[in-house]
Amino acid sequence: MAARRGTEEMRDRVVLGEFGVRNVHTTDFPGNYPGYEDAWDQRRFEEAFRVDVIREEEDTLEFDMVGIDAAIANAFRRILLAEVPTMAVEKVFVYNNTSIVQDEILAHRLGLIPIRADPRLFEYRNQGDQEGTEIDTLQFQLKIKCKRNPQAAKESSDPDELYFNHKVYSKHMTWVPLGNQTDLFPDADFRPVHDDILIALLRPGQEIDVLMHCVKGIGKDHAKFSPVATASYRLLPDITLLQPIEDEAAETLQKCFSPGVIEIQNINGKKVARVANARLDTFSREVFRHEGLKNLVRLARVRNHYIFSVESTGILPPDVLVSEAIKILMGKCQRFLNELDSVSME
Amino acid sequence: IQADGTDGDCVTFVLHDEDHTLGNSLRYMVMKNPDVEFCGYCITHPSESKINFRIQTRGALPAVEPFRKGLNDLMGVCQHVLNTFETSMKEFRAQK
Repeated sequence: MAARRGTEEMRDRVVLGEFGVRNVHTTDFPGNYPGYEDAWDQRRFEEAFRVDVIREEEDTLEFDMVGIDAAIANAFRRILLAEVPTMAVEKVFVYNNTSIVQDEILAHRLGLIPIRADPRLFEYRNQGDQEGTEIDTLQFQLKIKCKRNPQAAKESSDPDELYFNHKVYSKHMTWVPLGNQTDLFPDADFRPVHDDILIALLRPGQEIDVLMHCVKGIGKDHAKFSPVATASYRLLPDITLLQPIEDEAAETLQKCFSPGVIEIQNINGKKVARVANARLDTFSREVFRHEGLKNLVRLARVRNHYIFSVESTGILPPDVLVSEAIKILMGKCQRFLNELDSVSME
Repeated sequence: IQADGTDGDCVTFVLHDEDHTLGNSLRYMVMKNPDVEFCGYCITHPSESKINFRIQTRGALPAVEPFRKGLNDLMGVCQHVLNTFETSMKEFRAQK
């Protein structure tokens, strides 16, 4: 009985000990455990797998994936960060830049601005193609000159009052349609996601006149192409009290965990601790600093329950990003399957 | 984008332009196959983006078979995950 429980624990919990983490790797491969059916079974996977959406806001999405393995969950996370394509400024043609910001710094900053353009409408640029066609390039123009304000008060020192256009924001970038883009995208409005990104500061007489080409790229090439502010996951915490904990010990226990995790109930006049919501815990392992409590609690994580948190930069909504990431993984598999088939044909 | 290794049932595939993203998930799917005796992958050098993926099968099964099955299974998993995710999103939005 105890042995059975031990294997259960080894199979589906990652245990956080005082000085290390145990049972980290997945061990449920066929042949490891006698009596367990571990071979891959699509039907069993489909029965056990579920996705629960917890919270969705404009740019963030928090959802749970239950019944999947670390390798695949990590693959989705890696693809979200580095392989979902977006459009970003790649080439900056500087016609005039008399500002304090150097050309290359200005170009670097322009590249990092997220552009609200659906990358699925565009193609990748062919390698070696310097010009860019209308199917793979978006052209933006930034033309701004700073002037002195003749109506300003004599002694004012507020730059907003003294000068016109002294702050260059991303809202000053305008889309210049190439070729037949006006027909291809009649009601599209390509602009940076945020209007208030400060690009440079100017003083009277300085001007910036640049033309920018946006291309489609992936985060692996340059981080400016990454569509997520961040995409991360954590495993669902699982706190078990090995013995009933009462009175003062219960109070200390409640303080050891994040608020809301442990609640104290009054049973028969005594205060008894109970695990209310393990999900909220951030596992600071404060329990292990208390000699009396550290052997009464088991801190673990559920091995196949992933709490994903995806925050998009605003180019695409986060649920679209997750769908695209899954499709990209499918595309990779398909590519190798095609290769295999074409090689074995010969 | 791939080349084969040695004979019959122990083969090392060299997958170009790949890294842990596909390597680890494919390794997991191939390990779930009871005919596979050994499956592993490694990245030869972090500057080059290619992985060595080795499969050794029990018995006389040619090693390409578990590779193909692993890829198909992974596609099946992704398809199911995609469907479940989109259904859950729709339900979540409907009941909001």
